[in-house]
Amino acid sequence: MSHPTAGPTRRAFRDLPFELRLEARMETPRWLSPALTVGAIVVALLISAVILAVVGADPIRVYVHIVRSSLGSVGVISDTLVKATPLILTGLACALAFRMRLWNIGAEGQLLLGAWAASAVVLVPLVPEGTPGIVILPIMGVAGFLGGAAWGLVPGVLRARFGVNEIIATLMLNSMAFFWIQYWVFGPWTEGGFQLTKQFPVETWLPRLSDFAETYPVLGGLTIHAGFLLALAAAGVVWFIVERSAWGYEIRLIGDNQRAARYAGIRITRNVILVFAVSGGLAGLAGMSEVAGVVHRLQDNFSPGYGYTAIIVAYLAKFHPLRVVPVAILFGALILAGREIQPSGVPAMIQGTILFCLIASEVFLRYRVSVVRRETRPVGPT
Amino acid sequence: MRGPTQPTAPTTPAVGGGGSPPAVELRGIVKRFPGVVANDGVDFDLRAGEVHALLGENGAGKSTLMNILDGLYQPDAGEIRVDGRPVTFRSPRDAIAAGLGMVHQHFTLVASQTVTENILIGLDRPRFRLDLRRFDDEVAALAERHGLRVDPRAKVWQLSVGEQQRVEILKVLYRGARVLIMDEPTAVLAPLEIEDLFATLRSMTAEGRSIVFISHKLGEVLAIADRITVMRRGRVTAAGIPGGSVDRGELATLMVGREVLESIERVPVSPGRTILALEGVEADGDKGIQALRGVSIEVRAGEIVGIAAVAGNGQSELAEVITGLRSCRGRVFVDGEDVANRSVGRTIDRGVAHVPEDRTGVGTAPNLSLVDNLIMKRYRAAPIARGWSIDMGAARGVAARLKDGYDIAAPTVDTQARLLSGGNLQRLILAREIESQPQLLVAVQPTRGLDVGAIESAHRLLLERRAAGAAILLISEDLDEVLALSDRVAVMYEGRIVGRFEAVEADVARIGLLMTGGTGEEAQSAGPTEGDAR
Repeated sequence: MSHPTAGPTRRAFRDLPFELRLEARMETPRWLSPALTVGAIVVALLISAVILAVVGADPIRVYVHIVRSSLGSVGVISDTLVKATPLILTGLACALAFRMRLWNIGAEGQLLLGAWAASAVVLVPLVPEGTPGIVILPIMGVAGFLGGAAWGLVPGVLRARFGVNEIIATLMLNSMAFFWIQYWVFGPWTEGGFQLTKQFPVETWLPRLSDFAETYPVLGGLTIHAGFLLALAAAGVVWFIVERSAWGYEIRLIGDNQRAARYAGIRITRNVILVFAVSGGLAGLAGMSEVAGVVHRLQDNFSPGYGYTAIIVAYLAKFHPLRVVPVAILFGALILAGREIQPSGVPAMIQGTILFCLIASEVFLRYRVSVVRRETRPVGPT
Repeated sequence: MRGPTQPTAPTTPAVGGGGSPPAVELRGIVKRFPGVVANDGVDFDLRAGEVHALLGENGAGKSTLMNILDGLYQPDAGEIRVDGRPVTFRSPRDAIAAGLGMVHQHFTLVASQTVTENILIGLDRPRFRLDLRRFDDEVAALAERHGLRVDPRAKVWQLSVGEQQRVEILKVLYRGARVLIMDEPTAVLAPLEIEDLFATLRSMTAEGRSIVFISHKLGEVLAIADRITVMRRGRVTAAGIPGGSVDRGELATLMVGREVLESIERVPVSPGRTILALEGVEADGDKGIQALRGVSIEVRAGEIVGIAAVAGNGQSELAEVITGLRSCRGRVFVDGEDVANRSVGRTIDRGVAHVPEDRTGVGTAPNLSLVDNLIMKRYRAAPIARGWSIDMGAARGVAARLKDGYDIAAPTVDTQARLLSGGNLQRLILAREIESQPQLLVAVQPTRGLDVGAIESAHRLLLERRAAGAAILLISEDLDEVLALSDRVAVMYEGRIVGRFEAVEADVARIGLLMTGGTGEEAQSAGPTEGDAR
């Protein structure tokens, strides 16, 4: 008998003969959100092209160069996926926490602690030297997860028990993690006074495609490692948790309305701590994957801020675990292109523009926009 | 804009007829929203000095029509005339300039500011130096004239809901409105506050101001309106009928489109064992003040116990204590087990269902789908839960069944809850809570803000549960509702049970006095009662 109430009409640009009308959408078609994401990226590339043209570069050549240097050959695609791997894992870490409106911006610190814990397995050593990879790699993975989880637990417990703002806490913990790594690579674990540890033994390296080059010569020089598969598997698991599990339902309910969640009998405190731990653990896995798959040692500055880029990745993926993967690959490509393009700020500018356009495009998700001619008087019988 | 315009004596003859044009005239208003025609050629006229009630169910198009008159929406077609002159309102600012002001159902006040500051918001006075004292006096004088008791220097968060509404009315009056549009003003008020509001409305019409009174409560409309216009599904079904010429039944029929049985038949049910028993429960409210002071009460299977109380006398806290949302001292037995201070989950497992007072803030998750909202209390159990995972097929099946069975009007089960109208949202909550087959149902304000048809169906559902052997604690500020549904009634005042009655022999006047802090002795007819003043 009654129909849903529609939101108010909003208008902009009061003095033009035409006006834009924004009317709240009753229903959002399924295709709209992905279509808007693609549209926003296209618009961002156009805006970036204008900026590039203004500063005197040929935008087409720049874009062609970016594509060529990140996706132009099997070799660089492999490199792009290597860069995407930690972004997928940290992006998932952020997406999971953000789903519950827990603003964990500490993925960087959790990544560092995960890398440290995985390194400790090799360097302390926690397992005897010469342990085969099939045994030691899973142990390093678990250690990485636990290291990140422990670093995530700190802000989780502070938030759940004492209401401490998790943004501030995680940000501070990032700095602490940075200096924690500095201490170990300059001090106890230093290799001859340099800010890095000795190289890990080969059996602790995640297998790479190039490892199989002897049998299949095509694979020569391909740096992509098993960490990428781990990241894809993690995306699947997080997707299942968020979208299909009872726990994920609780996360979504708490994220949307904490009071409703409490009313439904969900324990908020426990979930805050748990989500923070799993989020930190995912970021910790990224750290493990980097030390075991890419650098093969612990050193300072091995992460160019993956944990911060992850915030953008999670946001662009709309906190959806499966969408984190393509977005992370896009950003991996931009990071890779950053090494090729001078000045290297260009990819950063493109990243920023994409984020800006994406956030701006959200208005279309909530409102139907139409351009109407402004009337001087409403029509009607007089 | 100006300060309070002093209407120079009642120049306008009350209820202007004859030659003078109506204060406001709407002709052929059409407004479409995606998928619905909210107003379909609506005519409406408001005479100077009258209270004109606009009556209709939720979603009938009343609020849309008045939002158009207030400049919030632009009509797709139609004409607005004020004092006979055609006008176009692009925003509420234009409407205010033409002497129209709207008091919205949901208040638009800044909680941390004073009453006077809230009234001055958006005006270009005071210019630079905030000489608020002068304005405090102006506001106080204006309030005095219309019997709107409120302290100009009080911060809004300190005010009761009724006082906040007075601030909204003052805001509109201060801007010099001659036409006031009141959108369901009584929805948030206690019975006594409604009387005060009506007195204010009469004082304003006596000054020649005109009032549009939007409501779906028949009794109030009949009590206050000079004329009544009834809307249904975007059209006018009765235009400007004089208030004295109709009765409740006729109005209800016009509004709903069929005959409504306002009084419900209660089949006699002999109560079974005690399901809920509170023993000396004490609890603190949100502001740290003790809200419950030694409450003891019992509800048996197959009976409805009603709590009659004016808002803020501990009944909300009572519901929260029983459902595990608030900690307390004392004992709360549900089917023999003391669940006081146990988790919410524990009470849910013991078969306690809860229709909460705050539907949007507590009862639903606005951005989640109907499916997610409907499985809130049962996602842990089969068939929806399968190990750790949720069987989305089963969940959608349950949601679709409830959506059809409880007549929840929404495009699909994937629709977000925030897009539902108030009545549909309440049907969603009732569907979820009642379908859990509760032993005990705690229903707080189950029909507040609903229209006649929706109230009827909610009442029917509660009585069906009672017949099925559930114990029901009904907490409502609508005394008629409490008396119509309950087997027994307990009156609460300041956290105490101050009176207990068998519903059949309850004396309304006495209950009313007890609810407002009287001893109940003043009431003429001292029926057989056992006033339990602890």
